[in-house]
Amino acid sequence: MKPFDWLSFRIVTLFQPSQVNAEIEEELRAHIQHRADDLEGSGLDRAEAERRARIEFGGQEKFKEECHAALGSNFIETLFQDVRFSLRVLRKSPGFTVAAVLTLALGIGANAVVFSVLNAFLLRPLSVPQAESLYAVWRANVNSAYESYPDYLDLRERNRSFDDLAAFSFAEAGLDAGGNPSRVWLAEASGNYFDALRIRPFLGQFFHASDEHGRNSAPYIVLSYAYWHTHFQDDRGVLGRIVLVNKHPFTIIGVAPPEFHGTIVFISPDFFVPLVNQEQVEGTYTLDTRRIRSVFMVMGHLKAGVTQAQAVADLKPIGAYLEKNYPKDDGHMDFSLARPGLYGDYLGRPIQAFLSGLMLLAGLILLAACANLGSLFAARAADRSREVALRLALGANRRRILRQLFTEALLISLMGGALGLLGSLVLLRGLSAWQPFPRWPIHVPVTPDANVYGVALLLTIASGFLFGAVPVRQVLRTNPYEVVKSGSTSRLGRRISARDLLLVGQIAICAVLVTSSLVALRGLARSLHSDFGFELQNAMLADTDLAMGGYSGDKVPAMQKRMIDALQAIPGVESVGLTNWIPLGADAKGALVFTDATADLRPANSAANALLYKISPQYFHAAGTSLLSGRAFTWHDDKNAPLVAVVNGEFARKIFGSVNSALGQYFKDRDGKRIQVVGIAEDGKYTSLTEDPQPAMFLPILQSPSTETWLMVRSNRDPQELGPVMRSTLQSLDAGLPLTIGTWNKELDIIFFGPRIATESLGVMGLMGAMLSITGIFGMAAYSVSKRLRELGIRVALGGQRKEVLKAALGRAFKLLAAGSAAGLVLGILAARVLAFIVYQATSRDPLVLAGVVLAMALLGLVATWIPARRALSVDPLILLRDE
Amino acid sequence: MTDQAQLLPGTLDLLILRAVSIGPLHGYGILLRIGQISGNALLIEQGALYPGLFRLVRQGLLKASWGTSENNRRAKFYELTAAGRRRLREETDNWNRLAAAIASALAVQPEEA
Repeated sequence: MKPFDWLSFRIVTLFQPSQVNAEIEEELRAHIQHRADDLEGSGLDRAEAERRARIEFGGQEKFKEECHAALGSNFIETLFQDVRFSLRVLRKSPGFTVAAVLTLALGIGANAVVFSVLNAFLLRPLSVPQAESLYAVWRANVNSAYESYPDYLDLRERNRSFDDLAAFSFAEAGLDAGGNPSRVWLAEASGNYFDALRIRPFLGQFFHASDEHGRNSAPYIVLSYAYWHTHFQDDRGVLGRIVLVNKHPFTIIGVAPPEFHGTIVFISPDFFVPLVNQEQVEGTYTLDTRRIRSVFMVMGHLKAGVTQAQAVADLKPIGAYLEKNYPKDDGHMDFSLARPGLYGDYLGRPIQAFLSGLMLLAGLILLAACANLGSLFAARAADRSREVALRLALGANRRRILRQLFTEALLISLMGGALGLLGSLVLLRGLSAWQPFPRWPIHVPVTPDANVYGVALLLTIASGFLFGAVPVRQVLRTNPYEVVKSGSTSRLGRRISARDLLLVGQIAICAVLVTSSLVALRGLARSLHSDFGFELQNAMLADTDLAMGGYSGDKVPAMQKRMIDALQAIPGVESVGLTNWIPLGADAKGALVFTDATADLRPANSAANALLYKISPQYFHAAGTSLLSGRAFTWHDDKNAPLVAVVNGEFARKIFGSVNSALGQYFKDRDGKRIQVVGIAEDGKYTSLTEDPQPAMFLPILQSPSTETWLMVRSNRDPQELGPVMRSTLQSLDAGLPLTIGTWNKELDIIFFGPRIATESLGVMGLMGAMLSITGIFGMAAYSVSKRLRELGIRVALGGQRKEVLKAALGRAFKLLAAGSAAGLVLGILAARVLAFIVYQATSRDPLVLAGVVLAMALLGLVATWIPARRALSVDPLILLRDE
Repeated sequence: MTDQAQLLPGTLDLLILRAVSIGPLHGYGILLRIGQISGNALLIEQGALYPGLFRLVRQGLLKASWGTSENNRRAKFYELTAAGRRRLREETDNWNRLAAAIASALAVQPEEA
């Protein structure tokens, strides 16, 4: 039979045994009829012929039985038998079943969650057609994708490798759609953006390259599906509507398809506008300036048949051309290609490292769960040795018995897997909806797909076989005569058994998890208390962009001064500072600086790329940054006064050789303007917690105006109370300005996001590890106590001391615990070195961590053995001895 | 009927395969065909044929399908599969070797002392 026939036949025999019977009967009947036809032909009448034919045929029922037997035993039928039997057995020991299912649910759930995130970030391609050929142009030597708009145009026109190159940037703007003005995140995209990405509109139309006719020529909006859904309630009539972006009218022309969230995996812009309208959206226009690299990313599909290496080789002469023709604007460029989704390797690599590490830990959890279940199964198999022996003695073959045991294991793992997956789905739904930072359009799109379900199923089945295999040897070696004769195999070996090794292994894994989570926790705690070069406590921030309120030119500093004065007047406010960017904020910007002696101001000759902050006179006081020497700014450092700067210690060392020699010296900016250093500030952290000291300079806002406005308010007043006062004060100056007000601590969440997520996930893993080791030790201890109750009873009867009884009952459990913890601690310390890459200041050589691990494991042991110990101590010898 | 020989165990399968090798047959037809090719020398209990047929189908040596017989009755027809044909060849060779060996063993005249 062909396999399919075979299968359908099997299925028929399984579900319609009566039909099989009918077929056999019909066939036999046909035989008898044929025979009767022959006999009739030889002269008998029909009735007599049929009678004779039946007699000749012999016992119909018997042959029918034999036919059935000849069909053989059926795989699926046996499976059903096994499943039915297993379910009956499992129902008889609900405690065991629940414990086993929960243990496995934990392991599978952890893996499903971590794998979903891994899948969403690393495995799933962007939701763009032919995502495999989409690459961003990467500047390898500065590890960034930023390009200036003129450079982008040159790259687009001169390359021969890409079908088309699109450009985009992110921006924040105030949107007025007829109600309250609200802050939105949008992507400014080149006109060819959607066409280059090969995306079709969900509704209406997209803008195209042909819509671009220079500055502010294309005031169109393409909404993201999500924003259209949440803010316009799926209203199809939204097309053609005019809304205000920073008070400039824009027309909504289309809605992007639901699956398209832009090309950065975890940033979903609310809508898309043409890049040529940058001036209306950002308040500044930089598209004609080759020096300012304001385009976030340039990307496109490679032409069919063009390899990455060919594309890089094609870009190289363009870089050389730009460097040669625009020496003042463009330095040396090494181009490479990068995947756009995670901003190339810049974020891709740490995320990959972190998720791989997490996956490994999740795998360890599952392994620990399997070890746990394996020893449970082995213990059960020992308890059931009588049953197994009886079945063997009655003629069952070992294969059949093993098959039934595996069915049991798989049933448990399937139940556990289903439960774990269910739990993880709930968790993932929460994670997908989670917006870690209300201010940023960051979300974690982790809806599980077929990959996730497939992996979960695979892991489930694999672990079922893994822990199901533990008792195999035991069953194979069962000698039915011995067992039936002596009643029990409970010859508790003094030797080290496989079960002990499993337990030690499991405890070791758990100790690794506990160690790493403690290391991460300590690291985070330490980094929270390190010196940032500013004082986070008692500082509130109000953030706005005057461009969103339509301010420009001289109106900007005037308004800023009014805002500072108004806030300063609030009772309880010590000082108010203003800066265009806060340190450790998300978007620090640098500027090239040159020594005073440099005449040729090409990028290659620059002395440093210093972070640039534009600040008000009171800023240092409000930020809690101390000045090492010199002075802060005053309101007299304005456009008519000589240009001045405050620089940090690292800047002074880098440009002038030392902190002491810098004061009063001059340096040059990109335009060749000479700036005098009037003060030196302490070093701080500017872009990340793990950075080395970076040069930074501070310029007075009156000399370098900016519409970006962060007002920093230092006060001892309760933030809950101060916040609303600040808001009403600022709104009394201009009610139309979108404002964000919060504590500085809160604003720094984003910088702690990575370490926090790392620590939290490690913490969860550690917790799971701890739970697993509790159940593992508990199971082992409880089992050994119950097995030796009789022995313990005799000891008690003979006058054994509590201490000795305990030692006899639990000594072994404690020894195993100690061995496992020691092994796990060593491994955990080794693993912590890997952690140091992710978690700032994570170090394993920390006595507190070591002590913590030892304490934690001891506590776990105590908790896990508590109940078995109580049971061992409460043994009543009389009852026990009478029982047997 | 008294001169009919009892079948040796295991030979029924071989006979069925041989009978079907000439063309598809239903159960009763197989019985007739065996009688015909063996010169009615073998005694086969009619019902015993069917467990054998089922076994051969299960082993993949025969395949079965329902059809209409020459008597215009619905009947299940059996035919050889490729594996069945192969098996028939092997078993025939085996049988011939065995039969020859036994025949020659039996043909040896006891030496007169």
